[in-house]
Amino acid sequence: MFAALKCIIARDLTLALRHRSDVLTTVFFFIIVVSLFPLGVGPETDLLRSMAAGVVWVSALLASMLSLSRLFADDFNDGTLEQLLLTPQPLALIVFGKILAHWIISGLPLVLIAPLLGLQFGLGGDALMMLVLTLLLGTPVLSLIGAIGAALTLGLRGGGVLVSLLVLPLYIPVLIFGAGGVEATVSGMGAEGHLSLLGAMLILSLLLAPLASAAALRISVE
Amino acid sequence: MAEWLAMGGHGFYIWGSYGVTALFMIVETILVIRHKRTLLQRLGRMMRMNSEVE
Amino acid sequence: MNLFKYSAPSIFYPLAGRLATGFAIAAVLLLAIGLYMSFFVAPTDYKQGEGYRIMFIHVPAAWMSMFIYLVMAAWAAAGMIWRTRLSSMMASALAPTGAMFTFIALWTGALWGKPMWGAWWVWDARLTSELILLFLYIGYMAMESAIDDPRRAARACGLLALVGVINIPIIYYSVKWWNTLHQGASIKMSESGGIESSMTEIMLWTMLIMTFACWFYTIAVALTRVRSIILERESKTVWVKEMLQQGEK
Repeated sequence: MFAALKCIIARDLTLALRHRSDVLTTVFFFIIVVSLFPLGVGPETDLLRSMAAGVVWVSALLASMLSLSRLFADDFNDGTLEQLLLTPQPLALIVFGKILAHWIISGLPLVLIAPLLGLQFGLGGDALMMLVLTLLLGTPVLSLIGAIGAALTLGLRGGGVLVSLLVLPLYIPVLIFGAGGVEATVSGMGAEGHLSLLGAMLILSLLLAPLASAAALRISVE
Repeated sequence: MAEWLAMGGHGFYIWGSYGVTALFMIVETILVIRHKRTLLQRLGRMMRMNSEVE
Repeated sequence: MNLFKYSAPSIFYPLAGRLATGFAIAAVLLLAIGLYMSFFVAPTDYKQGEGYRIMFIHVPAAWMSMFIYLVMAAWAAAGMIWRTRLSSMMASALAPTGAMFTFIALWTGALWGKPMWGAWWVWDARLTSELILLFLYIGYMAMESAIDDPRRAARACGLLALVGVINIPIIYYSVKWWNTLHQGASIKMSESGGIESSMTEIMLWTMLIMTFACWFYTIAVALTRVRSIILERESKTVWVKEMLQQGEK
């Protein structure tokens, strides 16, 4: 069964790296959005430092949501999705493979770039460390929950906007504890609570999201 | 009466909330009933049209 | 008594009509009593004066907004488990009324907050999660209108409602902890908390009557709306044609 998983992930990664521009657009969108805020709010460092976590996290959330529609759309358009539905392997496993591949393409780059952008906001060493840690735990949850929305709105006109409407309210707990964790470190309080809750959300969505996405795919593809 | 309407100075807020609530509930009821009535008429007309065609 | 008999739209349609009128009358009656009690019977509060009377519409609306979403998710689950089309129709019939009550809860909450805490909007945990609940309703209704094929719409919205209902407690508690962690929020919520605990007998009864009034109102409106949904979806069936002919004669 894990051969199927590896095969799906390898296939999706090679497909994505063939047209590398999609990966870069997500990352550049993230960088641009984060850099817009100081231009809007002003250069005072202590102000920027206090809102750095929130800005980076909201931008990461928007960037990962932007690339959601590509998760199933290409396979849906050229018909491979129907084939995937017919394979003997459990659909939830295949969907999990696709989500993991999508996270590697759109989530991981954000995690790697985030410390660089944190410096822009004058974040200290341990805050940057916590930013990376919370994003590392949080972005997979964003991809997992987003996959449910992407699967539900497959092939709908105006699906891109609709998926953000469905999925953003569900992102809020991740945003709260992600950004909260970094602020807790900046203000000296420990962020263990935030990290454990993010971990709990990760486990919950790892368990439920592939099942829900698989069910949503069966509804959408019929 | 005016004194009662003032609601101890909070009249604006009280009538503001009760008024909007009443407005929304009445508007929703009217919309739902009118929607059903127009639907019934439309289906009736379509049915008469089909029966004339046969 | 085979309950599934009523899951056939043709049998449910006339029943829903009678039920809707019955609940509508009950709702109007209860609303009249409730309004009378909330303005003339309930005493003036020693601290908040008359302003607290908004509570008699704010709290039932907030309860209804949460309760309707749960009922919607239950109908959605029933629709998906037993594949009965009527249950998904019931779920989508409830959504607009639920969204309306959520908006009313937010509106009356703001109008109650202004005199009591001096601010239209307070990032209090309950108000914030009410706002997020409104987003969930809007997402549900947006998706329902975006999907043309009613069969897919019913099942997709069903799944969305179930995913939403799992997230409601998570959202509520994360917002609650977020609010307490940022205790910098200047406005303390204890006053309104005080109200709810020191409620006299009469206030409690008024609140309950208003809640039942809103509940019966919701049932009446939802049943009427589900009847028009049934008509739309079943317009080509035989029983609708016969019914229209009887209606004509």
